[in-house]
Amino acid sequence: MEYSPPPFFKRGPNLVTRLTLFSLLSLVLLFADARFRYMEDIRGVVGAILYPLQELADTPARIGRRVTQYFVLQSALQAENEELNQQAFVNAGLLQKQKALAAENENLRELLNLRPRFEPSAQVATILYTARDPFVRQVVVDKGATDGVRRGAPVIDTLGLVGQVHRVYPWASEVSLITDREQVIPVQVVRNGLRAVLFGLGYDGALEVRFMPVNADIEQGDLLVTSGIDGVYPAGLPVAFVDSIERNAAYPFARIMTRPASGVGSHRHVMVLESARGYPERPLAPAQVDRGRRKAN
Amino acid sequence: MAIAAFGRAYADEMLMPAKPAYVALSFFVAFMLNMLPLTGWVLMIRPDFVAVVLLYWAIQHPRKVGFAPAFLLGLVMDVADGSLFGQHALAYCVLMAAGMTWHRRISLFGLRGQMLHILGILLITQLIVLAVRIAAANAFPGWWYFLPSVSGSLVWPVVCHIVTLPLRSRVKSE
Repeated sequence: MEYSPPPFFKRGPNLVTRLTLFSLLSLVLLFADARFRYMEDIRGVVGAILYPLQELADTPARIGRRVTQYFVLQSALQAENEELNQQAFVNAGLLQKQKALAAENENLRELLNLRPRFEPSAQVATILYTARDPFVRQVVVDKGATDGVRRGAPVIDTLGLVGQVHRVYPWASEVSLITDREQVIPVQVVRNGLRAVLFGLGYDGALEVRFMPVNADIEQGDLLVTSGIDGVYPAGLPVAFVDSIERNAAYPFARIMTRPASGVGSHRHVMVLESARGYPERPLAPAQVDRGRRKAN
Repeated sequence: MAIAAFGRAYADEMLMPAKPAYVALSFFVAFMLNMLPLTGWVLMIRPDFVAVVLLYWAIQHPRKVGFAPAFLLGLVMDVADGSLFGQHALAYCVLMAAGMTWHRRISLFGLRGQMLHILGILLITQLIVLAVRIAAANAFPGWWYFLPSVSGSLVWPVVCHIVTLPLRSRVKSE
């Protein structure tokens, strides 16, 4: 370090000492966060303080959107209105059919003494911004703990599954998109009910089905929906369409690429569902059962 | 050249001392610029304004700002980004140390030389974040990851000019 003032000016500890001190402190924080997740409380407090600033930073964009909305042409509005009316008509028809089916399903379930299907409640949230961490696929939405959002809740848009709530602040929450590297979703092929596991790859627009045998009955264009067996996502949400299948006999598994069904990253509004509850407790793994028995004896 | 003169102008100029409130304001503005809700390629090339402003204070007024503001700003950035707690704090502390160590050397250079130094320091900062993330089992996101360093060094003259503007004395010396 070439920068050192003459010793007769009192200036506290020198640069190297201070740098070492602060670096050690941040390394400790990093370790505590990455390994033990000790930092969630501090993060929550800072996040709550930051929320008004986030809103403030979002204001110019919001005003811009409002201004452009205001100057939409009358004819464009009329066309859109007509289209939406038609869509509502079609949807109303479908909804009537769906209500009848749901009632019938409920009846049959009662007859069979099955557990009632989980009906999640939903609330609409607006995406505040895309997370700026280039290593993860995340968005931040404007509903948080005060609105009843829980960690792990699934998030959808009008077309399908978007992601899962990953971290909750008082007035906002972070949502990991399904394309995030660490997202794993149990899915089912709609056509034949085949179960599979879908992995995010860490970049936009692609997900991979892993561990499917080469001869599995899966075709290009197949729709994959959540299977609901994980107790996180309700069953039947569209997740992805199969894009390409590479069957190479040299490998035990087929290479199946899919594209997300929802408009991940292109929508402004999403719906946060309530995460499933009332599932029976997870059975213990054999090793844990052994240990439990030994303790009981 | 006009641009070189513009860069060297404040090397020999007497500036008014910066008040702590002014320093805080500059950090606030930089932080808000970092928080703008951008998406897509704009987000990819957006410079880290907080890093550039920290570097400005480290180089132009090395006694004004210590490690504590850099550390705290790093923590705040980590919360805002939802990234690992402490990765920006570590990176910003190293950035401050680099800026303070080389501040005499950097202010000797013209604008282009300064920008090259800034590019180097910003790259070191990003490499530290990258190292932390790879140690935490994240994959390398791609070469575009380093674009903010390049854009950061490109906005350096502008940031310098704007932050220095209120510090120039109103009365022109004879």
